[in-house]
Amino acid sequence: MYVAVKGGERAISAAHAWLEETRRGDPAVPELSVAQIEQQMALAVDRVMAEGSCHDRFLAALALKQAKGDLIEAAFLLRAYRTTLPRFGASEPLDTARMRLRRRISATYKDLPGGQVLGPTFDYTHRLLDFALAAEGVERARAPEAPAPVAETPRVTELLAREGLMQRETPGDAEPGDLTRQPLAFPAARDVRLQNLARGDEGFLLALGYSTQRGYGHAHPFVGELRVGHVTVEFTPPELGFPVELGEIAVTECQMVNQFKGSRTEPAQFTRGYGLVFGHGERRAMAMALVDRALRAQELGEDITAPAQDAEFVLYHSDNIEATGFVEHLKLPHYVDFQSELENLRTIRRSAEAALAEAAE
Amino acid sequence: MNMMDGYNFAYLDEATKRMIRRAILKAVAIPGHQIPFGAREMPLPYGWGTGGIQVTASILGPGDTLKVIDQGSDDTTNAISIRRFFTRVAGVATTERTAEASIIQTRHRIPERPLREDQILVYQVPQPEPLYRLEPRRAETKRLHALADYGLMHVRLYEDIARLGHIAKAYDYPVMVNGRYLMSPSPIPAFDNPKMDRMPALQLFGAGREKRIYAIPPYTEVRSLDFEDHPFRPIRAPAACALCRSTDTYLDEVITDDAGGRMFVCSDTDFCAERRAAAAPQEAAE
Repeated sequence: MYVAVKGGERAISAAHAWLEETRRGDPAVPELSVAQIEQQMALAVDRVMAEGSCHDRFLAALALKQAKGDLIEAAFLLRAYRTTLPRFGASEPLDTARMRLRRRISATYKDLPGGQVLGPTFDYTHRLLDFALAAEGVERARAPEAPAPVAETPRVTELLAREGLMQRETPGDAEPGDLTRQPLAFPAARDVRLQNLARGDEGFLLALGYSTQRGYGHAHPFVGELRVGHVTVEFTPPELGFPVELGEIAVTECQMVNQFKGSRTEPAQFTRGYGLVFGHGERRAMAMALVDRALRAQELGEDITAPAQDAEFVLYHSDNIEATGFVEHLKLPHYVDFQSELENLRTIRRSAEAALAEAAE
Repeated sequence: MNMMDGYNFAYLDEATKRMIRRAILKAVAIPGHQIPFGAREMPLPYGWGTGGIQVTASILGPGDTLKVIDQGSDDTTNAISIRRFFTRVAGVATTERTAEASIIQTRHRIPERPLREDQILVYQVPQPEPLYRLEPRRAETKRLHALADYGLMHVRLYEDIARLGHIAKAYDYPVMVNGRYLMSPSPIPAFDNPKMDRMPALQLFGAGREKRIYAIPPYTEVRSLDFEDHPFRPIRAPAACALCRSTDTYLDEVITDDAGGRMFVCSDTDFCAERRAAAAPQEAAE
């Protein structure tokens, strides 16, 4: 007699063994080292770091290796590790004006204090497959190096703000919210919104940001500034009372300049959309800045007509670890619910057929 | 165990467990009301029972005996995976027998054997908000709960009756808890709903992705929504279990061939096995 499926335990073990085998691939091909991934798949590592919400290149690279290159799976591994770490406080606000820059561009000014620094960018490359890369061990010419600028590079938005043209953000003394400790609640404050976006799925942010450019929302954005580099993290231990340097992290910051018509209480001025993400992630930082600005619709008295302006819609669906979990859980057995639906459907059809038969008589 | 060195008992750190236990206490104090909590990222994916796992991890002690079921069965892959997780991170005793368990974590079923006061039933919940299909905004549903304004749901059920002659909700059938809060029983079949009413065991509900916990304290009234002229009726396949011949348990339909052949067996595998064990000596004697 056929009996409901048994033997799950053995099947799971075998499946995991097979997974491990496919992860390694053909043993005749040399194994990737974590260092190789970290160095040569740097942007994948950065994305995993950002979505995994944990600034550690080694762990992100390890996660990528374990996840067979699946970025969301890797971010998930990193998140699950991160959750076990103690939280000992909030750092001082990062001062990105003092960033050790690798790249800094502005689309709103031809030249500006600190200059335009292109840095390592795909912009202006011709997207032609480089077949020479298929050959290994070929020495590549080193890039020429210029001395780093010593002076601070002021932020473009700050230059505008000094003139009164850019709305200033109200500084807050309160420790910013942390949605890994306190669940989202609505209306969500901007600190929490930004945290949510900073770890949100890049594809989701990109599509939402894009939609604001195509008429779904009122975006008229300019890239005031995009900067990539290292910033110092400072922390004030309560027992010391003054900030101490903890180290440096790599970040990408984007400040979008947006039009604002003004209201009864405020004169017309520019408003900011802000993006700040771990690692080198320009697309992510820019999309984040677009969505951040769109989510300020309510605060700025704009009509909320588009998905990107709808805080509940955006913030509840941006997290790809949550999203992939819930979408993929449909693979789990649902036969109990399905059985109820089957009986339900059969009952409905029986009564409909009976009614039809009655009508025919 | 070696891989889990460096992790706390039952995976979560004590501060997190305390935070979750506080949420549970609040939930018990306001039966059926959803309590937001700082759900942690777990090493199992969202949708696989992270809420239930966190609740279980927070109430689990070394002396507990844990049973994990999915679709009523201890032997489905996800149930095995969660049981293994707790064996690995807490080293607690596990069982497949409902009667022997002090904590039962479940997905989509309530065991057939009545539970006792010294047992806790932990449900995995995908969507804690019973109104979400009618009003997707949580800011708004929060208001509706505060006002006990459940007209939307009554209208939805009434529309079923108007169109189909009866309420067409077969699982995740909404209940009123303690006459105050509308609650999702999680996607258990409506057949299981009556078991929740005045259950001697504490019922805890954990939704990890949605970051909500709620509870039904022992002996609390739980009523499935219905109308006087259209009383609630539990649905089950009108058949007997092919293995234990039970006619009053929830059945899974198993397709046996591609020519319409099928059989029905108990969804609760432990209950079915016990019935067969009890019947076997009698049959042998006959």
